Amino acid sequence: MNTDVSDTTADVTARPLIELKDVTKVYGQGHAAMQALRGVDLRIEEGDFVAVMGPSGSGKSTCMNILGCLDTPTAGSYLFKGVEVGKLSRSQRALLRRHYLGFVFQGYNLLNRTSALENVELPLIYRGTPTAERHGRARKALEAVGLKGWEGHTPGELSGGQQQRVAIARAIVTEPAVLLADEPTGNLDSARSREIMELLCTFNRDQGITIVMVTHESEMAAYAKRIVQFMDGLVKTDEQKGEVA
Amino acid sequence: MLWNAFLLALREIRRNVMRSFLTILGVVIGVAAVIVMVTLGSGATAQVTEQISSLGSNLLMVMPGQRRHGPGGSSASAEPFDLDDVMAIAGEIGSVAAAAPSSFQSVMAIYGNENWATSVTGTDNQYLTVRNWSIENGRQFTVSELRSGKAVCILGTTVQKELFGGQNPLGATIRLEKLSCQVIGILKSKGQTTMGTDQDDRVLIPLRTFQRRIAGNQDVGRIHVSAREGTSTEKVLKDIELLMRERRHISPTEENDFTVMDMQEIAATLTGTTKILTALLGTVAGVSLLVGGIGIMNIMLVSVTERTREIGIRLAIGALEREVLMQFLVEAVVLSSFGGLFGIVLALTASVGLAGILQIPFIFNPGIVVIAFLFSAGVGVVFGYFPAQKAARLDPIDALRHE
Ligand SMILES: Nc1ncnc2c1ncn2[C@@H]1O[C@H](COP(=O)(O)OP(=O)(O)O)[C@@H](O)[C@H]1O
Ligand SMILES: [Mg+2]
Repeated sequence: MNTDVSDTTADVTARPLIELKDVTKVYGQGHAAMQALRGVDLRIEEGDFVAVMGPSGSGKSTCMNILGCLDTPTAGSYLFKGVEVGKLSRSQRALLRRHYLGFVFQGYNLLNRTSALENVELPLIYRGTPTAERHGRARKALEAVGLKGWEGHTPGELSGGQQQRVAIARAIVTEPAVLLADEPTGNLDSARSREIMELLCTFNRDQGITIVMVTHESEMAAYAKRIVQFMDGLVKTDEQKGEVA
Repeated sequence: MLWNAFLLALREIRRNVMRSFLTILGVVIGVAAVIVMVTLGSGATAQVTEQISSLGSNLLMVMPGQRRHGPGGSSASAEPFDLDDVMAIAGEIGSVAAAAPSSFQSVMAIYGNENWATSVTGTDNQYLTVRNWSIENGRQFTVSELRSGKAVCILGTTVQKELFGGQNPLGATIRLEKLSCQVIGILKSKGQTTMGTDQDDRVLIPLRTFQRRIAGNQDVGRIHVSAREGTSTEKVLKDIELLMRERRHISPTEENDFTVMDMQEIAATLTGTTKILTALLGTVAGVSLLVGGIGIMNIMLVSVTERTREIGIRLAIGALEREVLMQFLVEAVVLSSFGGLFGIVLALTASVGLAGILQIPFIFNPGIVVIAFLFSAGVGVVFGYFPAQKAARLDPIDALRHE
């Protein structure tokens, strides 16, 4: 694949948004120790759209948890906007998630028996956004994912595709620096999956939100600008692509 | 943040109305029990105090026979008092304000077709003062009626109602056994004692009339003494004992063949007993409130487990540990405070009802209501803290994976 010349020239002096250097992650101890990551190096620039692929158990989710500041590396360094995440306290990492990160999970992970609107408002509540502004932004986010008119419905009353769109609305309502999605289309049929991918592309293109997404399907990975292949806890290939036609 | 936590708590409670209700039932009952016990207890204490003071202030009672050594005693064999004893007590002891004789007997009171079994007391006007009776209607005895033993009587309100119904009894003549006597006054009602005896079921006649026409002797059954304001009843008691020993020629080696009782002392003992009882019952009720708190902790722990994923989502999105802690703590406190409020409503309703049934005055005690409410909220804090902390310390990754 061809390299993206314009990107490298524009941001030559700036630090990358995300920088993993020789990151390892070990679960358990002694004989039961399990090395999920064996020295991952990864740089992600602002505005990128990265698809992470690889066989099951290759360490994709582990890497995403570290990128999402939900977990810390056993060794190596993770710099987010130049800040060493491994040295932050639990609450500092929570604040980092609150202000810079958005999550979309495979299982949607919406609050049950809570309306779509309230689900989307949730991250704004923790940011202390005033009520009126919160309602407005949550409505706009739901509109952006094509759920205008569904604000009052609870997850139980929505289809899988709709639930995932609520989850995306919740992730982008704060206009995060990075959106992390671990198999966001894992539970959806291909038509629904394509809709979701179109949405992610839109947010990446129009709002410049950096996206890192894990997927099994090359059809979905094709929407991304860059594909990173994991294998046995290491980055095997890292391909940059041109604009999606 | 606190306001948000409060709204969240309300929503969570509304979502599980039935379970929330069952959760707080323990606190409801605990708070209700504490308030009912204390309310009824203070009602009973007030009633005892009321009744004792209605007997008369600084009252002492002198009776023949030694009553200190258990029931029965030797009252039957002891020599009775006479009017001279009364005069001696009134005249020779400086700190005695008044002394009144009384002798009584059960009689059948008859007026027209109505008859009523009651008791007749032979006494004088001092009795009214000493025992704190006042005349509602009519008048007390005149000096000449007392001296000559006229056939006149003063009725308690129960006797008046039973014999006369709505009619005016003043001036009418009733019969007490063989004695016909004219009604000259009606006593002001005092109601029942704690033990349930009706204090208004009585007829008063002059002592002399009683001695001559009913008892047929010169005896005085009891002497009621009131000590002067500001003097110690203990001192008066000692003086009366000394005087009576002398008058009854009791040698220093012999025991008293009479008893002097200090009503104030009895009152103190009685109110002390009711207060101890109230405190005891209140404590037992407090324990039930504590058990209610454990119920809340139990359900909150279940709730935390059930809502592990929710907690995971909140933490992943950027909720701080203390924000999640606050959410669950506020929920526990709101729950238990609701329990407290329900308990207070229940308790006040039950107290009014029970006070009516037990014939105890209902005394609203705002202090105990406030304390019970604060205590219930405190139960929420104490028993909500552990589950809330458990929720806050969850690992977001594990919590999200939880099914
Ligand atoms: N919490 C954990 N405790 C122990 N082992 C884990 C844990 N999470 C993941 N692993 C192990 O680490 C390896 C990588 O897992 P994961 O990152 O979930 O892979 P992927 O998402 O690529 O399927 C797997 O072998 C998995 O069993
Ligand atoms: Mg995975």
